[in-house]
Amino acid sequence: MFLETFLQNLLNALQWGSFYALIALGYTMVYGVLLLINFAHGDIFMVGAYVAFFIATLLLGQYSSPFLPPVLVFAITVVATMVITSGVGVAIERIAYRPLRRKGASRLYVVITALMCGLILENGNLALLGASRRNFPEMLSKTAYNIGGVNFTNVKLLVILTTIAVFILLETIVRKTRLGMAMRAISYDRMAVPLMGIPVDTVIVFTFILGSSMAALAGVLFATAYPVLEPYMGALVGWKAFIAAVLGGIGEIRGAFAGGFLLGFIEIFVAALFPSTLRDLIAFSILLVFLSIKPTGIFGVSRATKI
Amino acid sequence: MLTVADLHVKYGNIEALHGISLSVEEGEIVALLGANGAGKSTTLMSIMRLAPPEGPVVTKGAISYNGADLLPIPAHNVIAKHGIGLVPEGRHIFGNLTVFENLKLATFARNDKERIGQDYERVFSLFPRLADRRTQRGDLLSGGEQQMLAIGRAFMSGVKFILLDEPSMGLSPLLMLELFRVLKSINESGTTIMVVEQNARLALQYANRAYVLEAGKIVLEGKAEDLATNPEIRRAYLG
Repeated sequence: MFLETFLQNLLNALQWGSFYALIALGYTMVYGVLLLINFAHGDIFMVGAYVAFFIATLLLGQYSSPFLPPVLVFAITVVATMVITSGVGVAIERIAYRPLRRKGASRLYVVITALMCGLILENGNLALLGASRRNFPEMLSKTAYNIGGVNFTNVKLLVILTTIAVFILLETIVRKTRLGMAMRAISYDRMAVPLMGIPVDTVIVFTFILGSSMAALAGVLFATAYPVLEPYMGALVGWKAFIAAVLGGIGEIRGAFAGGFLLGFIEIFVAALFPSTLRDLIAFSILLVFLSIKPTGIFGVSRATKI
Repeated sequence: MLTVADLHVKYGNIEALHGISLSVEEGEIVALLGANGAGKSTTLMSIMRLAPPEGPVVTKGAISYNGADLLPIPAHNVIAKHGIGLVPEGRHIFGNLTVFENLKLATFARNDKERIGQDYERVFSLFPRLADRRTQRGDLLSGGEQQMLAIGRAFMSGVKFILLDEPSMGLSPLLMLELFRVLKSINESGTTIMVVEQNARLALQYANRAYVLEAGKIVLEGKAEDLATNPEIRRAYLG
């Protein structure tokens, strides 16, 4: 009985942590490359969920076709959402952050700009679509399984497996490809990167594409699991994912995953043991203690450069 | 090959170069000498077209390379398209990447796979230490090894013309000699070199020509052997 409950909560924690991990990636990669905390990133997650909402509604309604089974609709929605949302992320970089960077503005101003971009996305959505909640259409029919007393759905499995696949993919990109190496190089020594013949702006755009598309993926998966959308859905989740990124050691991809899953575990297990209204209070108190002991996060190291 | 004419540049509101002119011909080793703050690094940064805050802003003058105007070119294309590389002061090794990754990153803009392979071999034969340490992180190398890696990186970027900023800084006298011997060998196999150097004696020994900068102006220029015997130079730089 105890084991079953534990496994059940573990599975829930893995799914919940997956959302945090996918969003935390964007925070951590942009920070690694630009030393910028991109506070608009949580709202990119929201944009992803809404973009997916419109694409799925169109593909299931107006443009539905017998040649498009629901699974294919889902696949198209995921890919198209990732592409379109990356466009939004890159546009924010172009319009808001790059001009400041060109003028050599201090990082504080860029962070404030990021906060404003997030608010613009939220309120733009509110102005355009109104405050009413939207129901995300069901593309994958949910199937529930029960193995040895542990309940799970195909969606839950999909979320967890996708997140693991993303982890492997991103680690490979960052370790093996020259663009990935350039991302790591920028985080260490920005000045020397153009001296390698590398256009820094290209690397930055690539980073925003990766981060935004992963937030978009999180948006689609989240909406598939919890099919209610509202303009502020990215705010709190975004904050928590940012905390997850710091917890894992900001600037580190594996840190984003470790932090995301850790936050998921703490939240789910606290909620399992205590009244759920105390969940965030206890969870974040634990994290506060953790960070006061290891301020650099799980994988973070304080940097010492050799002269 | 490289012509700098009446170059004025500034950092913020402070003018750092007050109209310098110099030229480098293909196949040469040219030394740039001068005291701290004379504008030697600034000259190299200007040629590389590094953007502010590291690079200065050109207010007047011209930089041309093989007939092309370099002024509107961004730094990464000075390397990738025009083939001028810089080994910066302080080396700027990527400490979080391995030795091999540092070298590989320098090939970012290149597509000539075969030549890249040959260049790796050349770098590892010039600097066998780097071959031994190819999987080690850059920040675990000694100062001398980092300097080798910095030069190896410039070489791997496939450039025909390498600018070096204080390459001997922090090296033992023995390593300094070794370094200049390697530079000579790179030069003899077809790479043009311009080197900023504190150690004027060593630089004049290996260079064909030299320029002496003082407070943002060129005050002397000539053949290296003439400058080495020039009484003014002897007093100011050769001790």
